[in-house]
Amino acid sequence: MNAPPSFVDIVWIARWPLLYGLGTTVAVSLLAILGGTVLGTLLGLALTYGNRVVRLLARAYTDIVRGTPVLVLVLASFYILGTVGLDLSAFQAGVLALTLFCASHVGEITRGALQTLHKGQTEAAKAIGLTFGQTFRYVLGPQALRLALPPLVNTAAEMVKASTLLSVIGVAELLLRTQEVISRAFHSLEFYLLAGFLYFVVNYAIERLGRAVERRVSVQ
Amino acid sequence: MTANLVTANLLEIRDLRKSYGSVEVLKGVDCDVRAGEVISIIGSSGSGKTTMLRCINMLEEFQGGTIRIDGEEIGFTTSGGQRRRKSDKDIARQRALTGMAFQQFNLFPHMTALENVTLGLVLVRKMGRDEARALGETWLDRVGLLSRKDHYPSKLSGGQQQRVAIARAIAMSPRLMLFDEVTSALDPELVAEVLQVVRTLAEDGMTMMLVTHEMRFAYEVSSRVIFMNGGRIGEEGNPREMFAAPKTERLAAFLQSSRFN
Ligand SMILES: Nc1ncnc2c1ncn2[C@@H]1O[C@H](COP(=O)(O)OP(=O)(O)OP(=O)(O)O)[C@@H](O)[C@H]1O
Ligand SMILES: [Mg+2]
Repeated sequence: MNAPPSFVDIVWIARWPLLYGLGTTVAVSLLAILGGTVLGTLLGLALTYGNRVVRLLARAYTDIVRGTPVLVLVLASFYILGTVGLDLSAFQAGVLALTLFCASHVGEITRGALQTLHKGQTEAAKAIGLTFGQTFRYVLGPQALRLALPPLVNTAAEMVKASTLLSVIGVAELLLRTQEVISRAFHSLEFYLLAGFLYFVVNYAIERLGRAVERRVSVQ
Repeated sequence: MTANLVTANLLEIRDLRKSYGSVEVLKGVDCDVRAGEVISIIGSSGSGKTTMLRCINMLEEFQGGTIRIDGEEIGFTTSGGQRRRKSDKDIARQRALTGMAFQQFNLFPHMTALENVTLGLVLVRKMGRDEARALGETWLDRVGLLSRKDHYPSKLSGGQQQRVAIARAIAMSPRLMLFDEVTSALDPELVAEVLQVVRTLAEDGMTMMLVTHEMRFAYEVSSRVIFMNGGRIGEEGNPREMFAAPKTERLAAFLQSSRFN
């Protein structure tokens, strides 16, 4: 009888499923972060500058979504949307749930950053004749981004962690792939450590990227 | 254009009324300003000086009366007794007719001194980058800060920041400059350099309205002084006569209580 394959051998054999899982994790997280950032910025604008009705709606959305466990959002978008005729794949439903969740956090971060800015900034921009769009693009946005960047990086890292919950609806992301490999090849401790390490690498990359952007936009 | 020729007033304020909630803070202000006039607005705290300036460039919306610049109604259109707010786009364009310098400077902290000055030139006056830079440098030079053009506001003293803020406003070539207590937030030793800039602009013929607590400065530079009292113009006239012989008790008391230095 041959010696049983070592952990390294098994990782090599299972490299494609694992890499595929990692790719899915990155894809899901990126899509959710991008979508959530766009949607969240709009939410933040609505929360800060909207009229009463708009503010109320945005506030209700933000509070409800932020107060709901992500797992519930994931299950809801997979199972409930199906019953109302919106048939999404597990991947699509998962990305949707994470996007909505991400947006609620980015909305709150954006609102916080915009409200921290002194109202004199808006007034000075108005006084030289800038439109609201120009004021946001050139005066408020860049300053808000600077304030929001650290919490935004945090949120992005949270999204990567939350993406593990998509394993519950069968999205073959890194955690689910890892579990599948373990069920066939054991070495559960090593594989979970490996998965943990890969999640760390992804989040570390996000953090470095955030730092780089921070440095670029910071005033010397 | 016709209105312009007939009245020859740069600014015409008629029965201006402004309330915050149920509290009326401007109770019917009438005021005409001709091109080239330098008008100081004085008066005790809460009398409505700031509010009046802020209505002129629509930083505050007013509930009654009209403001016209070169005959053009600011902020609202009135036709057939109906008063409607102009579009945001029109209001933005009208705001560029006036320039404003604030007590707190309000420079954009993420832009250099020069970028602060050129932003409006590029976005509002639609100048090319080079033209805007050249004009921005000219104005920074006029306020004595050309050598600081690449400094961020945090690296400038209060007096320097205020001079950049004035350059930012004036570079837009507004018809009328509004100054709201531009030296009140400054350390005493920095007041003179800012007043000197304002004085030079006045001497160059810029039309301006300035809210100030600097009585000597008001006395020296103004062609007319307006004394605000409880949301109305209490008294107005030439500074020499007004300061020497106030017609109202209130102005006499106010002048008495102001440091005249
Ligand atoms: N945003 C606001 N909301 C409510 N009330 C306001 C607001 N701004 C000003 N007021 C009130 O309006 C009145 C006039 O204020 P304004 O700032 O025009 O006075 P001022 O003459 O400029 O006084 P100061 O010399 O203190 O600057 C004051 O009673 C003030 O409390
Ligand atoms: Mg004031």
